[in-house]
Amino acid sequence: MTDLARAERARTRSTGVVLLGLVSIAAASVRALAFTPLEVSQGAAQKIFYVHVPSAWVAFLAYFLVGGCSILYFFLRDPRLDRLAASAAEVGTVFITGVLLTGPIWAKPIWGVWWTWDVRLTSTLFLWFVFFGYLVLRSAVTEPGQRARFSAVLGILGALLVPFIHVSVYLFRTVHPAPVVLNVRGPQLPGTMLLTLLLSLGAFTVLFAGLLWRRYAEAALEDARGADGDDGAR
Amino acid sequence: MVAAPESEPAVLDVRALARAFGRVRALDGVDFSLRRGDVLAVFGPNGAGKSTLLRILAGILRADRGDVLLGGARFDRTDPAQRRRIGLIAHASLCYDFLTAAENLEFYARLYGLADPPGAALGALASVGLADRAASWAVTMSRGMLQRLAIARALLHEPELVLLDEPFTGLDQAAAATLRAELERLRERRGAVVLVTHNVEEGLELATHVAIQVRGRFAELGPRPTDAAAFRARYAAAVARG
Amino acid sequence: MGNVIAQALVIAAKDLRLEFRTRTAFVSALAFTALVLAIFNFARDPTAVAAIDMAPGILWITFCFAGLLGLNRAFALERENRAIDGLMLAPVSRTALYLGKLLGNLAFVGLVEAVALPLFALFFNVPLWPILAPLLGVIALATIGFAALGTLLSAIAVNTRFAELMLPVLMLPFLVPPITAAVQVTSRLFAGRPMDEMAAWLKLLVGYDIVVLAAAILVFDFTLDE
Repeated sequence: MTDLARAERARTRSTGVVLLGLVSIAAASVRALAFTPLEVSQGAAQKIFYVHVPSAWVAFLAYFLVGGCSILYFFLRDPRLDRLAASAAEVGTVFITGVLLTGPIWAKPIWGVWWTWDVRLTSTLFLWFVFFGYLVLRSAVTEPGQRARFSAVLGILGALLVPFIHVSVYLFRTVHPAPVVLNVRGPQLPGTMLLTLLLSLGAFTVLFAGLLWRRYAEAALEDARGADGDDGAR
Repeated sequence: MVAAPESEPAVLDVRALARAFGRVRALDGVDFSLRRGDVLAVFGPNGAGKSTLLRILAGILRADRGDVLLGGARFDRTDPAQRRRIGLIAHASLCYDFLTAAENLEFYARLYGLADPPGAALGALASVGLADRAASWAVTMSRGMLQRLAIARALLHEPELVLLDEPFTGLDQAAAATLRAELERLRERRGAVVLVTHNVEEGLELATHVAIQVRGRFAELGPRPTDAAAFRARYAAAVARG
Repeated sequence: MGNVIAQALVIAAKDLRLEFRTRTAFVSALAFTALVLAIFNFARDPTAVAAIDMAPGILWITFCFAGLLGLNRAFALERENRAIDGLMLAPVSRTALYLGKLLGNLAFVGLVEAVALPLFALFFNVPLWPILAPLLGVIALATIGFAALGTLLSAIAVNTRFAELMLPVLMLPFLVPPITAAVQVTSRLFAGRPMDEMAAWLKLLVGYDIVVLAAAILVFDFTLDE
């Protein structure tokens, strides 16, 4: 099967996964809104937790993907790795933006302000800037080999330095509610809420995977079409 | 192409060299060998991939596929000893505007690990007739003088393989004469030369072998043609075919 | 190894000689520094906030932006007459090239800081003498990380169309650790706090410098490998 055909088939299949993800999120949301109890102190506003946290989870998934692909590209120079990293960066940026939007929406009713410089939100903000820089760099370099190399370097820097950014922000200040799931004393969430959260996490992961695959297929399609076109004149 | 005893390894061996930039296949399979004393003139239209070929031979660009052998050994771009055997004269001078001619050459002399960098620099300047401009900033020099400086820079470390990329473009008489003289000296010293040029006259005059490069491949490769007019016709035809 | 250092010094010396000849970048960076410091004086309400409270932040933002101006020169220099090809052609390891450019950048930024610091003390009436040694120490640490990162990223940025804009966009998020640490340490120094309050920040700074330097040296060859 030619690259072109394979890419087109991938695109169709990945769209299916995207739809599956969207449906799962819808289902999880219904469960969150109608079938999960209200949280005692925060009331209805807390419901956004089921969107905010999974988005953050996906954002960090994307971060590890970009970092991992960049490091692998450094050793292997496989253009598919570059394609995957770029796709992860684009899709990841969407979800990071989601975290940054749902954060304030949650914060306003609870803390009375739209934005506080608390640790996790601030780290996420800087992560957004790192991803943004990655995308801007890619758009500014036309030659694919150079673009892949430069992106990989930036991805490696991101993988190494984002933890430093996080530590800096943490040392600076802490206001965010203590982690409820990833807490040393075990998940602090009552059973039903935990289940809803996990279902949301799963649904968001499926959506991310679908979008990632779809974006990757688009890029592969573009490359396949380009390669064919070049031979036409011979 | 044989110009030396068979037992001696070729100065340069190129096999199935290929390089693409994204979708554009700049080099699509080039093969040739150069022995000592060979001057290969590569003619071709713009976009044929001639500069790409030179840059790969110079070690500035990496090839996607294929092999380059320098004196029988695989060319490793990271090996300083091999890099020292190559010189490049491009149409940019590769010199710094606000350093003097002597300072430019001294800089390169140091990078190439030559003994007595100032002495080597002055010697090189003298050989290209720029001794009186040793203390002039490169930015004050004419194109012809700059090209002579570039020649001095490229040959400072006495490379055995010299690559030239359109070196005669925009040169005055003096500079062109100097270049021809240096190339002749190189031939005598039993080096090898790859000369990329548009200028069929100059190229044919200096070459021992010729090639026509079109779209990343050699459409023709062989010893210098005896019939220049016929060659021109073949060249024009190859370019028109595309 | 010695050869790498020797070649790096040759490259750095060449860069500094060129910079000294034209002086444009250095003089502009100095003027910029003085202007920024002066404008900061007017960008606050003198009755509401004591100068000393804002001083550390002002100092480091000034260093940061003046430094950013100077970073692109290092590789922009090699674009004239395609001199970079000459460097790639020569038997110079990419590590030597990186170190040479790094040394040049350190010298440039260091010189700007050397002028900016007294100016800062003057404008904001901050007594520097009692804490000069530790202050110079933290400035050195932060500058090393800044220059190490900037040298790598400017090698990339110089290949894009709006290099002057691209470099800050790429660099600034990664500058959060050293700048935060530097400001925290500086403000504690100004307030005469004991050293152990700054220990965590200093450790962060040193760790950052090591990681950035090591990473830059490891990937530099790959970065320039056409």
